[in-house]
Amino acid sequence: MDHLTRLENKSIHILREAYSEFKSLCMLWSVGKDSTVMLWLARKSFFGHVPIPLVHIDTSFKIAEMIAYRDRLALKWRLDMIYGQNFKALQEKQTFPDGNCTRLQCCKLLKTEALINTLSGNWPRYRLNHDTGKYELDHNREPYSGVIVGVRSDEEGTRSKERYFSPRGKKSNWDLADQPPEFWNQYKTDFSPGTHVRIHPLLDWTELDIWEYISREKIPTVSLYYNQGEGTRYRSLGCAPCTRPVESTAKNVAEIVEELKTGQFSKIAERSGREQDKEDGGGLETLRVDGYM
Amino acid sequence: MTAVNLEGNRLAEGRENMHIAIVGHVDHGKSTVIGRLLADTGSLPEGKLELVREFCRRNARPFEYAFLLDALKDEQSQGITIDSARCFFKTEQRNYIIIDAPGHIEFLKNMVTGASRAEAALLVIDATEGVQENSRRHGYMLSLLGIKQVAVLINKLDLVDYSRAVFETVMEEYRVFLEKIGIEPPCFIPVSGMQGDNIAALSEKMPWYRGPSVLEILDAFEGEKPDQDKPFRMPVQGVYKFTRDGDNRRIIAGTVEAGTLTVGDRVIFYPSGKMSRVKSIEAFNESKKDSLSTGYAAGFTLAEQVFVSRGEIATLAGQLKPGVTSRIRANIFWLGREPFRKQKQYLFKLGTARIGATLEEVVKIIDASSLAVTRKDYLDKHDVAECILKLDRDIAFDPPDVLVQTSRFVIVDNYEIAGGGIVEEALADIHQATREKVHLRNIKWEKGCVEEEERAERYNQKPTLVLVTGKKEINRKQVAKALEKKLFEEGKPVYFFSMGNLLYGIDADIKASVKNDKKEHFRRLAEVANIMLDAGLILIVSVIELTREDVRQLGLGVNHEKIATVWLGEEVNTAVDIDLHIPETFSQDKTVATIKEYLQKKGIIFKPW
Repeated sequence: MDHLTRLENKSIHILREAYSEFKSLCMLWSVGKDSTVMLWLARKSFFGHVPIPLVHIDTSFKIAEMIAYRDRLALKWRLDMIYGQNFKALQEKQTFPDGNCTRLQCCKLLKTEALINTLSGNWPRYRLNHDTGKYELDHNREPYSGVIVGVRSDEEGTRSKERYFSPRGKKSNWDLADQPPEFWNQYKTDFSPGTHVRIHPLLDWTELDIWEYISREKIPTVSLYYNQGEGTRYRSLGCAPCTRPVESTAKNVAEIVEELKTGQFSKIAERSGREQDKEDGGGLETLRVDGYM
Repeated sequence: MTAVNLEGNRLAEGRENMHIAIVGHVDHGKSTVIGRLLADTGSLPEGKLELVREFCRRNARPFEYAFLLDALKDEQSQGITIDSARCFFKTEQRNYIIIDAPGHIEFLKNMVTGASRAEAALLVIDATEGVQENSRRHGYMLSLLGIKQVAVLINKLDLVDYSRAVFETVMEEYRVFLEKIGIEPPCFIPVSGMQGDNIAALSEKMPWYRGPSVLEILDAFEGEKPDQDKPFRMPVQGVYKFTRDGDNRRIIAGTVEAGTLTVGDRVIFYPSGKMSRVKSIEAFNESKKDSLSTGYAAGFTLAEQVFVSRGEIATLAGQLKPGVTSRIRANIFWLGREPFRKQKQYLFKLGTARIGATLEEVVKIIDASSLAVTRKDYLDKHDVAECILKLDRDIAFDPPDVLVQTSRFVIVDNYEIAGGGIVEEALADIHQATREKVHLRNIKWEKGCVEEEERAERYNQKPTLVLVTGKKEINRKQVAKALEKKLFEEGKPVYFFSMGNLLYGIDADIKASVKNDKKEHFRRLAEVANIMLDAGLILIVSVIELTREDVRQLGLGVNHEKIATVWLGEEVNTAVDIDLHIPETFSQDKTVATIKEYLQKKGIIFKPW
């Protein structure tokens, strides 16, 4: 068995465990390359179906093409698509692009807060109606007790310390100094009321694995990842004001795989184009301990 | 020095990944060794080294390679690794994922987490301190976790003037320990993480050592080999039927732990003993396959539908049968905050099965460091012991010499994985005779042409045994009969059956007064229920003060997922998990309505559409 197939099978196993063991389960889909690979793996796990709702946190500052791509795939693959948003912060213009807070505060409000309150059902959720193609207020406000997230351990320091099944406290906080043991394909699927579990099927994947798999499976991705003739492309996607492209001539998946193999980026952190990380002292720890992905 | 073959082991094409755990006593220099491996193989992101140098300068600390790994802020301030960080590097041969397991005794659960993912391990011992408690404990844990490829790095040789004598003394002491716990003497390498000696390349400073460097030994380790030649084993993760968009496949999904499965094969599921034939292998976005091999997260459909559920293990007829029992002897290591003790209910997870369990006996406790044997009747945190466990239902498993993947289990206490273990042996339990009868009945069972699902769709219900129970003075029968009437009036195929109805007919040949016959009485009830449920009925039976043992008995003949229990009135402690409690104050109508609502909520009776 080649190594991509091995990774694929392990991830499928994890997704199926999550599906069996969590009654109220969702998958976060940022529409980036990693969570799209994860979505593809869900289709593999469930033989073409995706029996898990997909949750997208819309900061309203995402690059426009990302939202269009999200809805196109959601309709095509018949996904149970849900989004949540921090309407209050956006209304009051408590954002970095509006000049009213730092990048980190903005991330906390538009992403972490929106995520926590969308997952808990405290804030409204909007669900895609496949008949009309429009989003409608979702009446189901049940908190999600299992949340599948596409983080990879090679992305940055704290993510390398994650478990496949990682508990979050009542305030969605992560106690990384006291994590439960995890061994022999047995995962933490029991949790006390009010807490939830984050599930990480892509933990063992690297950036190159992701691209090789996209290439092998022909998974559709957003064109922002490719050089459109300007000599740049996005390596990691986030909000427009805080994400910078990298210099690259790669115009398609095969060229990205080649580019990564040559080691051109091997010494530059993948998230180096994500400005909020820098404000967090070079890592995501502050954000992640509070509930960020 | 070393028996490991360093030549002729090169991979031609494709990249292999290998997980390596690095373990050892606290402060013996594990993180330094890794930091050095990363630096010397050019695997650090740009600026990382400078960042850590800057951190050290600001905090007036000498620069250490270890800091490269301690990416977390609070770890750097404490100076110890608290969790298993992972980092990546590659050699010409393959990619490595190094798992840095913490050496501190407090973090044994993290060491177990890290090491269990590894295919091989490096165990680091400080030459200046020699073999310490956790050097031994970690060695013992590696053997329990099943990691057979271990290289021992005797570190900080720079601090003992690269002395061969010091190296050999430490090596000899540790070799003796390893032999006692049955680990083959592995390769020992004298190194200095700080100075980089014998890490990426052999050092001039130790001309007396001409074995492999650390990088060479890593490349000489062998990758995991799939257990293709072993009997087929696939723990069932789920049975899927996603009918949206007209998909009618009923797919048995799971990961193949060993062996191969081919279309047309006869499969038997254990512990139930249900048998069928493989109709097709299913996958998404892949070309059609006729067989499945080890390691695949797979799915298949059956030619004749049988009721199987998550937790069973799919096996092949004609191959070695797995063990099936509810009493086991096992080796257990305990990681929980609270001790593992008798008379407490735990959750036992093996493969995909989840079963209630209790500790019946602690046979002996083994000190993982001194190997001394002691006796206690409970397990404290970090104890390793041989125990006897009693399970609430049957489990299917293999002894470790047949297949270790299906012999390993964990124990959950208060929502947390609190211990791990290996089933060594199935012990006799009182259900053996009944179990054998049920297995034979399942294998010989002849089905008609109507599928269970077709019946369920026609009757708008899932066949279920509803046990209505409570204290003696509660009128269970009246409620059970009223429930039958109510469901019948709504068009449900339903039947009330009194325990007494068995006595003079089916039980006519046994004496109800003889105590031992209660078991036989329940066995026959389960057989009657099994037939009625197979016919698609909801069967309502009233029982006085149902016990855990009663449910256990019935569960041998009827799948536990098809049993619903209702307790009426005041609760008594008969240690049985009841699905629905109904207070005495409820009127009969309200009681019946509550049970009906419960059956609807559980999807046993479908709401009229």
